[in-house]
Amino acid sequence: MAKPREFEKPTGVRDFPPRVAEKKRAVEERVRVCFERWGYREVITPTLEYFETVGGASAIEEHKLFKLLDRDGQTLVLRPDQTAPIARVVASMLREEPLPLRLYYHANVFRAQENEAGRNAEFYQSGVELVGDASPEADAEVVALAMEALQACEIEPLQIVVGHIGLLDGLLSERLTDRSQAALLKESLGQRNFVAYRNQVRRFQLPKEDEENLLSLLRIRGNREQLTVLRDLAHTGRTREAVSHLEAMWDALEDMGAAGHVVLDLSLVGSLDYYTGIYFEGYGSAKGAYLVSGGRYDRLLEQFDRPTPATGFGLKTDRLMEASPSFDREGERIALAYSPKAREEAFREARRLREAGQAVFLYRFKEGETAVPAAMRKSFDRVLEVKEDGHVRI
Amino acid sequence: MSAFDTLTIAMPKGRIFGEATELLRQAGVPLPADVSEDSRKLTVSAPEAGLSFLLVKPVDVPTYVEHGVADLGVVGKDVLLEEARDVYELLDLGISPCHMAVAGLPDWSPVLHPKVATKYPRIADRYFREQGQQVEVIKLNGSVELAPLIGLADRIVDIVSTGRTLKENGLTELEHITDITSRLIANRASYRLKSGRIQDLYEKLASVVEKGEPV
Repeated sequence: MAKPREFEKPTGVRDFPPRVAEKKRAVEERVRVCFERWGYREVITPTLEYFETVGGASAIEEHKLFKLLDRDGQTLVLRPDQTAPIARVVASMLREEPLPLRLYYHANVFRAQENEAGRNAEFYQSGVELVGDASPEADAEVVALAMEALQACEIEPLQIVVGHIGLLDGLLSERLTDRSQAALLKESLGQRNFVAYRNQVRRFQLPKEDEENLLSLLRIRGNREQLTVLRDLAHTGRTREAVSHLEAMWDALEDMGAAGHVVLDLSLVGSLDYYTGIYFEGYGSAKGAYLVSGGRYDRLLEQFDRPTPATGFGLKTDRLMEASPSFDREGERIALAYSPKAREEAFREARRLREAGQAVFLYRFKEGETAVPAAMRKSFDRVLEVKEDGHVRI
Repeated sequence: MSAFDTLTIAMPKGRIFGEATELLRQAGVPLPADVSEDSRKLTVSAPEAGLSFLLVKPVDVPTYVEHGVADLGVVGKDVLLEEARDVYELLDLGISPCHMAVAGLPDWSPVLHPKVATKYPRIADRYFREQGQQVEVIKLNGSVELAPLIGLADRIVDIVSTGRTLKENGLTELEHITDITSRLIANRASYRLKSGRIQDLYEKLASVVEKGEPV
């Protein structure tokens, strides 16, 4: 490979100029306020983790991990997500803390990307984990909070789509004796390939009713009424329990006044061996991509020796920055230009403005200069001038 | 109908566009008479149907859809397999049927350093790896049939519809890789936020497509 030019960066990483950095800060601030109002508290974990522990427990496939070696030859990873590190913290430092725990984070995560250049290998997420609560209310809480966070960023239109991995599993295995067939179908759903799903179902040569039931899973999309359809399809105890859990979650969402933008879709699946219960994605005005994903992952904590149910979500901060409108900045940006002789007056005026919450940029007139250069004026809301007599002019 | 309700569909120029618009008409979608495959325009709108079409290169269709500048797309399965984009594959439209095959000279026999020329390096690489064969894949952008004739490769991987092109170049089909038809694909966010309109169009098309094939 050619030697990089001095301005080059490694593939997939970005600089944020002030305007982009400000937007990121504003988005994070808005969602932070939501998280804290629901009683979540921030945690910060290291960028580096052991491949053996967090790398293995993460929902992200191994080939997407950035790996490096430490001095002892141990394999490390740049954290590919924030959920596994938080599970580690909950099972270690916070082991004695009573459950449920409500935690949130703002973090950068790292994933090697294949496709074309320009895809991010480092990106930002803000999210919550609700650990130690298996109830439908806990699932409703994270769905409602995800929606509230998107609304706080003025995302419109907005839709949260909810699936249920455990329920899907149950419905499939009630009709397929062969586990590998169920795995094939779930893989097709994961690839969002409904053509392959339908072809596979037809190829299995099932009894007509079972075939029709499996094909109908693609069509079960919509509001609460779809749950009655699911109830009729569920035959065994475990599957029925999953339907009841979804119904109870929906009731809780309605009581929270948050069921309006929520849609059920059983064909929606996330990372297959990670999520155990509900899985959801949130969509907004962003072109083409989802803004939030999350769900219940009851098996993760046992990998850190503290078996505990958990649910949560991660907002895709970068996409949220793009999808949300530009937010009004609080306070003005003011350029305060002064003649050297009026410096004391100028500084006093600047302090007064800053205390009133304005951002003040000081500019000393050069010898013979009487006005602020036009090119500079453009980047300020207002320009004030303190001339030799000490008076402030606009 | 608000602007939000207009569906944008990315389509390849040429034959697939003709067949797909024919399918839409059969499905009862009102398309203007001048919407046809020999149009030179890059965008065509059908306001009465609430549709607009982007006419693009076939391999670019999944790209437009993945990035959300098109809500839907019509594209051959060959392109989907090669491009591996993150989109919904909703419906097999059954149009433009053909298949992906390995071809070579009729007297082909295994060689010491096998080379395969193709426009589909990803599909070829995956296929031969799954067969446990070790081959070098050479990417070409056209005139693939030439490669075995002049010794650039001993075999090719390409689309075969009638087999005439192979025959004209003295090649023969050696292995069948997979069947190819055109698919209806959807953008991930559009599939959610415009679900009503997409579902409606899907059902219309599905009813026409199902009629054409034995169920």
